[in-house]
Amino acid sequence: MQTHRAKRVEITIETVMQSRLTDALEKAGVTGYSVLPVLGGSGRSGAWTRAGQVSRGQGMVQIICIIQEDRLEALLDAAFAVVERHIGVVSVVDCDVLRAERF
Amino acid sequence: MSDLLSLAADNLLSPIILSFVLGLLAALARSDLSIPEAVAKGMSIYLLFAIGFKGGASVAAYGLDARLGMSLLAGVLLSAALPFIAFGLLRVMTQMSRLDAAAVAAHYGSISIVTFVAATSVLEGRGIPSEGYMVAVAAAMEAPAILSALWLVSRGGEGARRMDNALLREIMLNGSIVLLIGAFVIGWATGEDGLAEISSFIVSPFKGVLCLFLLDMGLVAGRGLRGGGAILRPGVLAFGIAMPLVGASVGLAAGLMLGLLPGGVVLMMVLSASASYIAVPAAMRVALPEANPSLYLTLSLGVTFPFNLTVGIPLYVAVALAVTGG
Repeated sequence: MQTHRAKRVEITIETVMQSRLTDALEKAGVTGYSVLPVLGGSGRSGAWTRAGQVSRGQGMVQIICIIQEDRLEALLDAAFAVVERHIGVVSVVDCDVLRAERF
Repeated sequence: MSDLLSLAADNLLSPIILSFVLGLLAALARSDLSIPEAVAKGMSIYLLFAIGFKGGASVAAYGLDARLGMSLLAGVLLSAALPFIAFGLLRVMTQMSRLDAAAVAAHYGSISIVTFVAATSVLEGRGIPSEGYMVAVAAAMEAPAILSALWLVSRGGEGARRMDNALLREIMLNGSIVLLIGAFVIGWATGEDGLAEISSFIVSPFKGVLCLFLLDMGLVAGRGLRGGGAILRPGVLAFGIAMPLVGASVGLAAGLMLGLLPGGVVLMMVLSASASYIAVPAAMRVALPEANPSLYLTLSLGVTFPFNLTVGIPLYVAVALAVTGG
């Protein structure tokens, strides 16, 4: 089957920053993304879990989007402007998609 | 003194406090007991709705007096002023940086609605009258502290870019405030008839739900203490206990000046003594991400919240009753 090269961007960020990040992505022309809850993990600040959290100030979400390579730079600029001061991880990997016109 | 001890014993042996202690001990013992996130969220929505509605219905039943406006104003001023006291104490008692101290101070100017709900429950159980509109005062005290803390940071040469319209909207329209005020207005508009209509939902199960919610809060506090124990140096720990007492004293003075009912004075003390762990941490993560969240969460949730629940509330009730002669 014919596949097409694309970039998959995964941004793991604090829940409180979710709407700011998605707003920034939309302004940068990225309209397709998925938001996943992150159940827990471990990082520079130690282990954490979503269980029993009472504040929206705690917890992380992951925003995933797949885009064409030529739009990557604009997306990363927009994302980095939001996440720069905050806890989070931005990663980019190559991927293949079946329907290129959708991204 | 014996009255105070008896009140403290009654409070400590109430199902509400014992549920909290169970959660605390379970977390400290590393039990896998947990309340699902969605259930905890549902319970907090229920409690906010019930307490707001009952407050509104109470205002509809007994009417408003001229003190409402003054009480709201006092609440706003207390919330704005307490962070300055907290900031000063933190800088004297601990080695905390200006940024961390301002973030912690914001929590101590704002309020803990769960402590307020627990205090209301104690007052109802003892038949101590209070003004129904204290719910509105609680809502008014959520946000000003955040602005004071950001001002404290900006005075240190930072923070000019930290407040934007989106954050201001989030602070003023956060879910807790909207639900609390909305339920208050519904309760006020529908009055005692409205309360009677849904009392089997918001009155009878209230204490049971509060027990379960406090079980969860105990788990959260215990986990916080376990994870954040390393930051609880003597000065920091002392602040977590001293600040609620300072806040309660200021709240007592405000309540007396306003001429509130004995229960109203207690609630003003509780609001001034409590520290936020829902609205303010979220605002601080957005506005001051460099501040250490373990510091403010461990202090407000692991130290001040249990202190207020177990020792503070009976103490504030005893003092308010002694001073007002109620």
